[in-house]
Amino acid sequence: MKCDVNIITGRTIDQGANIDNKLSSDYFNACARCEIGAEDLKTLGLSEGSHVKVSTEFGSVVVSIALCDGNRRGVAFIPMGPWANAVVNPDTHGCGMPGFKGVLGSIEPADEKPLDLKALMSLYRGDTYGDY
Amino acid sequence: MEITDAICSFCGSLCDDLTVKVEDNKIVDVRRACRLGAGKILGHERINSPMIRNEAGKLEEVSSDSAIDKASQILLHAKRPLLYGWASTSCEAQSKGILLGEILGAVVDSTASICHGPTTLGVQEKGLPTASLGQIKNRADLIIFWGCNPIHAHPRHMSRYSGYLRGFFLDRGRQNRKFITVDVRMTETAAISDEFLQIEQGSDYVVLSALRAIVNGKGDLVPDVVGGVSKEELVHLSDMMRSCRFGAFFFGMGLTQSKGRYKNIDCALSLTNDLNTRTKFVITPLRGHYNVTGFGQVCSWQTGFPAVDLSRGAPYYNPGEMSANDLLMRDEVDASLIVASDPAAHFPNASVRNLAKHPLIQIDPYANATTEIADVVIPTAIVGVETEGTAYRMDGLSLRLRKLVDSDYPDDEEILDKIIKKVSREGDVC
Ligand code: SF4
Repeated sequence: MKCDVNIITGRTIDQGANIDNKLSSDYFNACARCEIGAEDLKTLGLSEGSHVKVSTEFGSVVVSIALCDGNRRGVAFIPMGPWANAVVNPDTHGCGMPGFKGVLGSIEPADEKPLDLKALMSLYRGDTYGDY
Repeated sequence: MEITDAICSFCGSLCDDLTVKVEDNKIVDVRRACRLGAGKILGHERINSPMIRNEAGKLEEVSSDSAIDKASQILLHAKRPLLYGWASTSCEAQSKGILLGEILGAVVDSTASICHGPTTLGVQEKGLPTASLGQIKNRADLIIFWGCNPIHAHPRHMSRYSGYLRGFFLDRGRQNRKFITVDVRMTETAAISDEFLQIEQGSDYVVLSALRAIVNGKGDLVPDVVGGVSKEELVHLSDMMRSCRFGAFFFGMGLTQSKGRYKNIDCALSLTNDLNTRTKFVITPLRGHYNVTGFGQVCSWQTGFPAVDLSRGAPYYNPGEMSANDLLMRDEVDASLIVASDPAAHFPNASVRNLAKHPLIQIDPYANATTEIADVVIPTAIVGVETEGTAYRMDGLSLRLRKLVDSDYPDDEEILDKIIKKVSREGDVC
């Protein structure tokens, strides 16, 4: 089952509390997640903590799904950070600011696990060296 | 030893009432800080030593001199260097960074470009009818939080400046004030507000415009529903705004990062101006990192602009063309110096890929995503904990951050000074 969403990214206290502690599992747990409302969670047929693939025309990323009652149907929130940034819109619309909010995409169940920060960055380094 | 009235160098609230307990040069307790500030002051794991990425692609520990030599070589050979970050360091270090940019002919941009950069553009068009946080604390009987969630991002803001506490003219504190939150999601801030307007994502501009129309007596032009909100709710909100004695409008990334970007800010500033024809209203961006406001100040007084391209022999500013992400998307940057920030974690992946393709020097106290793509890493002391320095609170008040403990790490200023010496030619002013 797939679910169409409007993705927004932003701060959370768990993300902020680990901003200087990014290689920790606390940061990973705080940011490698996507929060959606109860109806969307039901549509996906998933329970909290399941892995999902979030895709937009700018990329895709695997994260854990979480319930957020404050989200209207069709709104997905990913805490700001490397996982969110795998799917945001890089276009700055001529003012320097990429599209971190209001990115259209979809969510579907995933078999893979979310990559940790080092693994994600090694993809961007585009080389074969490093730990991965 | 107890240090009183210490300043927290985490967020733009710069709370200056902390008590820090130090034993044997170690911080053992922090009182009054929120979870964000306490975590920073009590400390996280640090980068141990300067490092250079070797041919096998591993970061290898080196001497400080070798790291500075390598960094200087990279910068000297770059045609289009980007000096980026600056939000979590002192004004003194920022000033050195801009001087380095001038010597190199570099672009110097701060994290504001992915935060409140659009706010600056809005302010350049409309001006900023604002007030100090002290004024707001003492006078504001109506507080609006639009597209921001201070309970998560600035946890003590409400208890120190904008919420619960008593003010000089508000002797009953919270009972004297009304809170309105406008957001796409029902946030914790929304949950404790008197009024919550849940708008459709990306509709900030139309909702602000509708409010302007109602405030200016043109409510008949407003349709029944705007941005998912009924006209009655908007009329009610505008009544609250018009009838307050002193309103304070705080906003965050919900406005700067959503559709419309700086035009949203332009519209919010215009609404504030409109309201000032009827009552007193002020507007203040909730700035994130503790000294991102300072960078705008320092860069403006040194070059005339809040971010600057110094490659043309004269300062040049055109966000959307010379901002970090625009340069990276065009793959123009051939070397970067990242100070006190983490673009690899906070830029879109397309920008990070291009950042990672070219030599990157990182100056930071902590290992983060940028360390993973860095070629030279230079660890530093933490400003406001291990070294002193000046920072600007979100309302533009400058405060002197104190040193709480000694450290063996050099500070950002010292490292930048060494790099400046290495890359300077005769005749450069430094
Ligand atoms: S609100 Fe901001 S400045 Fe105040 S203690 Fe928390 S993190 Fe520090």
